[in-house]
Amino acid sequence: MEAVFKREFRSYFTGMTGWIFFAVLFIFCGIFTTAINLLGHAASFEYVLSNMTIVLLFLMPVLAMRSLAEEKRSRTDGLLYSLPVGMRDVVAGKYLALVSVWGIACLAIGAVPLILSFYGKIYFASAYGTLLGFFLLGCALLAICMFFSSLMENQILVAVSGFGSLLLLYLMKGIASLIPAGAGTSLLAFIAVEAVAAVILYLLTKNIWTSVGAFALFAIPTVTVYLVKKSLFEGLFPKLLGYTAVFDRFDSFVNGIFDITAIVYYITLAFFFVWLSVQSMDRKRWN
Amino acid sequence: MIEVRDLVKKYGSNTAVRGISFNIEKGRIYGLLGPNGAGKSTTMNIMTGCLSATSGSVKVDGFDIFEQPAEAKKRIGYLPEIPPLYIDMTPKEYLSFVAEAKGVPASKRDRQVGEVLELTGTDGVKDRLIRNLSKGFRQRVGIAQAMIGDPEIIILDEPTVGLDPKQIKEIRDLIRDLAQVKTVVISSHILAEVAEVCDHVLIISNGRLVADSELADLEEEAGRSNGLTVRARGSAADVKALLESVAGPGSVSVTGSSGGLTEAVVKSGAGREAEGAFRDKVFFAFASAGIPINEMYHRESSLESIFLELTEKDIYGGPEEDDGDVIPGVPDVGSADGGTAAAQGGAEGVAQEKPSGKKKKSAGGSGDYTPLFGGGEEEQDKGKGDDD
Repeated sequence: MEAVFKREFRSYFTGMTGWIFFAVLFIFCGIFTTAINLLGHAASFEYVLSNMTIVLLFLMPVLAMRSLAEEKRSRTDGLLYSLPVGMRDVVAGKYLALVSVWGIACLAIGAVPLILSFYGKIYFASAYGTLLGFFLLGCALLAICMFFSSLMENQILVAVSGFGSLLLLYLMKGIASLIPAGAGTSLLAFIAVEAVAAVILYLLTKNIWTSVGAFALFAIPTVTVYLVKKSLFEGLFPKLLGYTAVFDRFDSFVNGIFDITAIVYYITLAFFFVWLSVQSMDRKRWN
Repeated sequence: MIEVRDLVKKYGSNTAVRGISFNIEKGRIYGLLGPNGAGKSTTMNIMTGCLSATSGSVKVDGFDIFEQPAEAKKRIGYLPEIPPLYIDMTPKEYLSFVAEAKGVPASKRDRQVGEVLELTGTDGVKDRLIRNLSKGFRQRVGIAQAMIGDPEIIILDEPTVGLDPKQIKEIRDLIRDLAQVKTVVISSHILAEVAEVCDHVLIISNGRLVADSELADLEEEAGRSNGLTVRARGSAADVKALLESVAGPGSVSVTGSSGGLTEAVVKSGAGREAEGAFRDKVFFAFASAGIPINEMYHRESSLESIFLELTEKDIYGGPEEDDGDVIPGVPDVGSADGGTAAAQGGAEGVAQEKPSGKKKKSAGGSGDYTPLFGGGEEEQDKGKGDDD
């Protein structure tokens, strides 16, 4: 893991990726700081970070796109598969490299509240708490984008699908509110999601019975529960969708609340997608 | 060292490997030979744990590659078909990375990288970016990568493909050097390469193992099954009768006739030692009959023919279409089959014994002769070339 981490981390800075990432991030950080703190006379750095989340929407897919896709394109994944370490270590090393680059960027951004404190009163606890939340949000987004990188060979496709997914998550709160809250609609939505999952499973395994079985495994209890206790489904789907609104979790930090559940949420999300990436890379052996 | 048992690999509905079993013994050079798409790379990828098998097992020193991958992979160094090089690194950096990733202790890393650089002759380019290296050097760095971690077995997938003749020779020499201390498995679709480097040949065709034998045994078999080809200015019947008078009935097959020339293959039944005496007899028999012999030659080293025979057996139509079956000088459709069969008969003594297959049709000298010498000569040149 260490070797992969070192190689990967270095490669961000021997090439252009790391530097461009830093440059874009710092330019926008500067613009927002100027606009909000300096010209807008607002003393809270949290608003800057809140505005910066939209920059992450573009930057994270670009930073993470080459991570695993490039290995596949240049066929260097053959080396990784033949190493006596497991794919878990390889992917973990790669993810840590991404997180480190992002961490360095966040540390650098951390200088801004310090500088601002010379010219006004800054609430450090709130500013740095928000920065921690910002960092963890970024880690979760990187994990999601790395997962796309593990699926595809073409970096552009990775970036586009990563961006699309992050945008979807960004708008999720609004999307969830569009869905009618009735129990019947919720049931239909669940069945639809399960059907889509079954199709994806089929595409992954090429085994019709596995996917049909998995679909039955989830769809039958769903319908049963619906028949037994209809009220449970009242507004359930939009509510669950709301849980996937990754960006909205960050709002509580901005509002000055150090939200432990959000921290747990981001870390869980990151672990989940890193785990998915490992599965996706391991699955390549089965094709 | 490696035990491969009943390996099967399916890609969807497509079966790439259909139940292959073999053993790799210590200290030898193995050649995995087969036409393109026969399943060589798939087999190698499974042996090295890069790909899963649909069924079957691979054991490296008793460790199952799927159940105890860490132990098994430690013993194998693998160079895939496309060398897995990070082109933005220098060979030295790259090899240090591989050493660390393979778990070579930090104290030994530099020394081992230095040794491997020297052994593969990449010492001179160790500080240049791999991006800027020639294909030959990249291949060497790839082999160096496989040697890192001091594995007992080195597996190289088509190590000389795409190199120029000088580089090919250098890589072959390198493989021979390697084999002094390691067990080496290479794959190739070029017979000459395997014949040059390997001790033991595994021929894979259409996902099946069709031969698993010592190179020497194969060569012996190839030599034995060949006959003496005689071309003389006389009718088919005369030539056949004359040859049979020397070698005995049933040992002669006429392979073609044109412009007053008849070509026939005769099996002396004697070993290669008695060949000279046999040739003398043939000469005098023809001389006394007043029929001039234009040419007389023995097709040696037809490993090629064994290879072709083994790899064609399996495939319904056979890869014959793209295997030099188009013979210049064969005029038209009607005679094409005969020409093909005759020319192939000439090229491969072995092929004549085959009970089935489209080659057989007129190889037995049915008297329905076709002009063939264009093709015959071409094949013959090939045969002679192999002698050297």
